[in-house]
Amino acid sequence: MTAPVTKSRLAATFAELRARGERALVAYLTAGDPSLAATQRLVLEAVARGADVIELGVPFSDPIADGPVIQRAAMRALERGTSVARVLETVATLRAETAVPLVLFTYYNPVLAFGLKAFARTAADAGVDGVIVVDLPPEEAGPFAAEAEAAGLDLVHLVAPTSTPPRVRVIAHRSRGFVYVVSRTGITGERWELPPDLEAQIRALRRVTTKPVCVGFGIGHPDQVAAVGRLADGVIVGSAIVRLIEERAGSPSLVKDVGEFIAALKAPLRVRV
Amino acid sequence: MTTLPDAHGRFGRFGGRFVPETLMAPLHELERAYRAARRDPTWERRLAGLLADYAGRPTPLYFARRLTEHCGGARIYLKREDLCHTGAHKINNVLGQALLASRMKKRRVIAETGAGQHGVATATAAALLGLECEVYMGAEDVERQALNVFRMRLLGARVIPVETGSRTLKDAINEALRDWVTNVRTTHYLLGSALGPHPYPVMVRDFHAVIGRETWRQAQRTLGRLPDVLVACVGGGSNAIGLFHAFIRDRRVRLIGVEPGGEGIATGRHGASMTAGRIGVLHGCMSYLLQNDDGQITAAHSISAGLDYPGVGPEHAYYRDAGRFEFVSITDEEALEGFQALTRVEGIMPALESAHAVAHAMRLAKTLPRSKAIVVGLSGRGDKDVYVVAKALGQEVR
Repeated sequence: MTAPVTKSRLAATFAELRARGERALVAYLTAGDPSLAATQRLVLEAVARGADVIELGVPFSDPIADGPVIQRAAMRALERGTSVARVLETVATLRAETAVPLVLFTYYNPVLAFGLKAFARTAADAGVDGVIVVDLPPEEAGPFAAEAEAAGLDLVHLVAPTSTPPRVRVIAHRSRGFVYVVSRTGITGERWELPPDLEAQIRALRRVTTKPVCVGFGIGHPDQVAAVGRLADGVIVGSAIVRLIEERAGSPSLVKDVGEFIAALKAPLRVRV
Repeated sequence: MTTLPDAHGRFGRFGGRFVPETLMAPLHELERAYRAARRDPTWERRLAGLLADYAGRPTPLYFARRLTEHCGGARIYLKREDLCHTGAHKINNVLGQALLASRMKKRRVIAETGAGQHGVATATAAALLGLECEVYMGAEDVERQALNVFRMRLLGARVIPVETGSRTLKDAINEALRDWVTNVRTTHYLLGSALGPHPYPVMVRDFHAVIGRETWRQAQRTLGRLPDVLVACVGGGSNAIGLFHAFIRDRRVRLIGVEPGGEGIATGRHGASMTAGRIGVLHGCMSYLLQNDDGQITAAHSISAGLDYPGVGPEHAYYRDAGRFEFVSITDEEALEGFQALTRVEGIMPALESAHAVAHAMRLAKTLPRSKAIVVGLSGRGDKDVYVVAKALGQEVR
């Protein structure tokens, strides 16, 4: 296998943003909520309003890392018949219309059921840039990492506040595309406060890697985005967007409302910090 | 056996640690603490003392003479875990893990429960050791096991009904894992089945292996030899692995796990993950699971809440593929017949979980001569199930 010669879309995006002194807004949406057609429109609107990377949640029946908002979105998506194959078809359709980096966020079992090689190849062919498998720590990731690399997909690993220094080193070394910093112990969902040790956590990570660092879990307000943007290369917002989609689903202003929220989240990341 | 699992907690291809990164370091810490505790003679003496004086071990190996005559074949013996304090084998593992939590200075324990037996046992140990205790229980199980819910509350535990998914054991484990990932620095997750991420399958097995060790000695004493067959029910598989483990090397002893056949395998409403499942990853380990083609976990069904789980412990999966463990299934209806038979001819009311093993042992005994001996893991007593049984038999209580 030869490594792809061209720079990945993720790497290129972070390099460009860095050069401009800007930080990335990584916007998470659960694919298929309220429908895959709506997901397509929402992704394009999010990109138009300033999302730099799109994280698409592939729904799983037992999402142990997710809080109630994303759990409900996953259940709605599954009830609507969302499957791995249909999410990948949606990505392929989207890819014809946008060059934004697309990262899938999922759990291991749907990937395993699809087949590791088939998943990596089909996702790469559809135009997926990276994959986050939240219950696949480095120790277990070997077989899928090999398939992802062969297909030219970035397998993004996560570091947690509980990760020991040796683990942080391994994760930073193995992660491709960026390193996902889980800002707090816990599940996805909005919180009022930022964890006090986040700065130290990011500093420790920077000492062992020059890869882009994106922070997620518990960030949902523009003020928090601004604060995290001072520390990281990218800020990941999930539950707050998904909750807005839940509230506005069925409303004619859904796409516009989500777009406005994305713009508000991106605004503090545009200024040089 | 002693070489399994490997350093990553794998039994062949099964097991492992498929969890969010936040839990990885705590799982390593738990494994180290567990190994250290097991090397500490003071800690071991304390556990042995509690198992003897508090839990009531050793439990008897009882020759069920009337049930044997009723079936007219092989002799049936019952390993009476139903006589343990709190009414089920669950206390063996709970005392071990609760002592470990204390040793690790974790003052809060959380647990999942299906039938409520593990929840009651955990609430009991928490009361004994002065630990804060919260128990996650599927909302459907809260309804069908109301008696155990009240027992837990009396013991000082908080019972949290889980409304998500199938509202049963699987969803209770999801919610317990979410709690643990949030409060991992102060909380020990007292997992009650031989599954989950490493080191849980090993710990739970080791704490229950006393069942099989006692059975081994008791059989030598009463039979003068090992039994021919061991039969135990399998949801996650904790009582079965506990009973079987000491016998794995004795290849002449057949080891049979009985899965919940629910309304019948063909109906799709069952919990027989070995019979009808495929390999996948759920709750931190790789094993056989009930799932659809898209890797979504499908709901299990069983009349017994404790077996109502779409997966099975990784060590069971390994020994099944290795041809050492056999798996069969028993339907809700057959389990009810086993429940009634044991109650009427022996005066022993088994838990509906254990009634699955009883039903299969009765079926098997009829095909074997009297020279053969079958040991049934009678994992729990049936008091908790009388309302469910009454309802299934179309009778009114209260």
